[in-house]
Amino acid sequence: MITFEGVSKRFPDGTVALDDVSLECATGEITVFVGTSGGGKTTALRTVNRMVEPTSGRVLIDGADVRDRPPAELRRGIGYVIQQAGLFPHRTIADNIATVPYLLGEGKKRARARARELMERVGLDPALAGRYPAQLSGGQQQRVGVARALAADPPIMLMDEPFSAVDPVVRGELQAEFLRLQAELHKTIVFVTHDIDEAIKMGDRIAVFRTGGKLVQFDTPKNLLAAPADDFVADFIGYDRGIRRLSFVPAAELELDDRAVLPENASVAEARATGADWVLLTDSGRRPLGWVAVSGLATDRSLQHMPRAPLGHTFNVRADSARAALDAAVLSPSGLAVGVDDDGVVVGVASPLDLTNAIGRESAR
Amino acid sequence: MNAILNALRWFGQSEQWSGPDGIPQRLLEHLWYSGLAFAITLVIALPLGLALGHVRRGRAAAALGFAVVSSANGARALPTLGLLILAVLLAGSGVGPTLVPLVVLAVPPVLVNAYTGVRQVEPQIRDAAEGMGMTGSQVLWRVEIPVALPLVLLGMRTAAIQIVSTATIAAYVGLGGLGRYIIDGLKRQEYDSTAGGAILVIALAFLIQLIFTGLHRLSVSPGVRLSASH
Ligand SMILES: Nc1ncnc2c1ncn2[C@@H]1O[C@H](COP(=O)(O)OP(=O)(O)O)[C@@H](O)[C@H]1O
Ligand SMILES: [Mg+2]
Repeated sequence: MITFEGVSKRFPDGTVALDDVSLECATGEITVFVGTSGGGKTTALRTVNRMVEPTSGRVLIDGADVRDRPPAELRRGIGYVIQQAGLFPHRTIADNIATVPYLLGEGKKRARARARELMERVGLDPALAGRYPAQLSGGQQQRVGVARALAADPPIMLMDEPFSAVDPVVRGELQAEFLRLQAELHKTIVFVTHDIDEAIKMGDRIAVFRTGGKLVQFDTPKNLLAAPADDFVADFIGYDRGIRRLSFVPAAELELDDRAVLPENASVAEARATGADWVLLTDSGRRPLGWVAVSGLATDRSLQHMPRAPLGHTFNVRADSARAALDAAVLSPSGLAVGVDDDGVVVGVASPLDLTNAIGRESAR
Repeated sequence: MNAILNALRWFGQSEQWSGPDGIPQRLLEHLWYSGLAFAITLVIALPLGLALGHVRRGRAAAALGFAVVSSANGARALPTLGLLILAVLLAGSGVGPTLVPLVVLAVPPVLVNAYTGVRQVEPQIRDAAEGMGMTGSQVLWRVEIPVALPLVLLGMRTAAIQIVSTATIAAYVGLGGLGRYIIDGLKRQEYDSTAGGAILVIALAFLIQLIFTGLHRLSVSPGVRLSASH
């Protein structure tokens, strides 16, 4: 656990970068520092490994003041990842990763073997071990940065905008892979970003900083979206926070309707009897085929021969969130989202109104 | 053409290859003064340049760095021969005073390049090095110097070539070296000797260029060469 106790930092030029910040980063969790540029996030992160010394207040790791240990020794026990990776251009990838083990006196052979292992862990081909940073893409360099921070297996990792220098697609991959890694490793992580989406995706808890180094809210992503502490936080989260909150509602909590779901050999009369504007046709295994608009149907033939609109996206009722259901509804010709189980069998459909109600229930909780 | 032919003939004469005025002896003398001046230059300029480039914190360090580098650059403009005569007048002739202008001339490129090279190491790289637990001297030796090496070597090469070319002035104060051929040749109007001496000095400068190219290959990491070409 990392504890900030009334930490303030005033730089010699008079800039106040941190103003009486107190918070606790729980062991094994990702604590995200987010906020406006110049809000003191980087400064706060750097007080943990003594790259910045607070003007007042204390930073404790598992109850011990970080100032009780010499900076170099303290830092060797804390992983450090920065924007644009900061790799050493003169060292191979393997030797970059082995930086801290070398500092700790480990032999070349063992350190390099471990470096290769770590490369696989972070999704890099170990064949790249002998390359130099200039020969790698931005995304690969960031992976090396993460591997390098993990090399001595430190319990704590400090990550300052580690993924912000790469394009959005690569960033998405890096975020997902890092979360997967964290699920195995359970490091205590401080993660700085200026991107609220990234904060919500990565954080177990989020600390929002505003200019002047003030901590304005410290909460779970869910609570942050549901109850922003003030207008600054609400603005920062953005106007689409309502929709974002759907990410925290499991699709399993949606009430799905299956009255408009019919086998494809049903008749037009049966379709009319449902009272719905659209019916969803399914095959014999109750897997979805497509939509039929009921209003235009004149004859009394089987639905099989009627013009059919494409199915669009479906959502998985067990694994997806209500946000995926909303996407499916918006993209569906009928305006309804089709929920399926793991075997692709239709469970039922949901309207945007059902989704709104789900948020309502969520806030009432 | 004639001058070159004459110079070639001069090289062919057997008396150039032995005795106190022979090429081997003169070359040794030349290399001795040059080597001595180069060593003194490195001892003064390398640690100073590297240390000033490394120390970034604090206004005093920045001001000192600026002052030293500016005055080093200023020293480049000093007239070599004037310095030599001044040194000899003040300290008498001999090897010591002869080295003064050579060193004064060679310190600036080594100092300025070492300083600039270390200073230009990207801040994130230094930040990563410190953040992972390198001490100040580890940051300097393991990161800053290897990354700055191409510039450091460039400064050393410039200095070495300047020293070898300028060491001809040792002859003015009665010391040996390849300058003897040039000065004596001029004095006695034996121009093939002058040309021969000049050719030897140029060849030496070329040799130094070659040595430094080799040194660059051997000591600069391929990763640094790659990132410089990006
Ligand atoms: N070494 C420093 N000297 C003076 N001011 C600094 C220094 N480092 C950061 N600051 C200032 O402190 C404030 C907070 O900076 P920082 O922690 O980097 O913000 P963030 O990471 O949230 O963008 C900014 O106003 C910044 O200009
Ligand atoms: Mg920052």
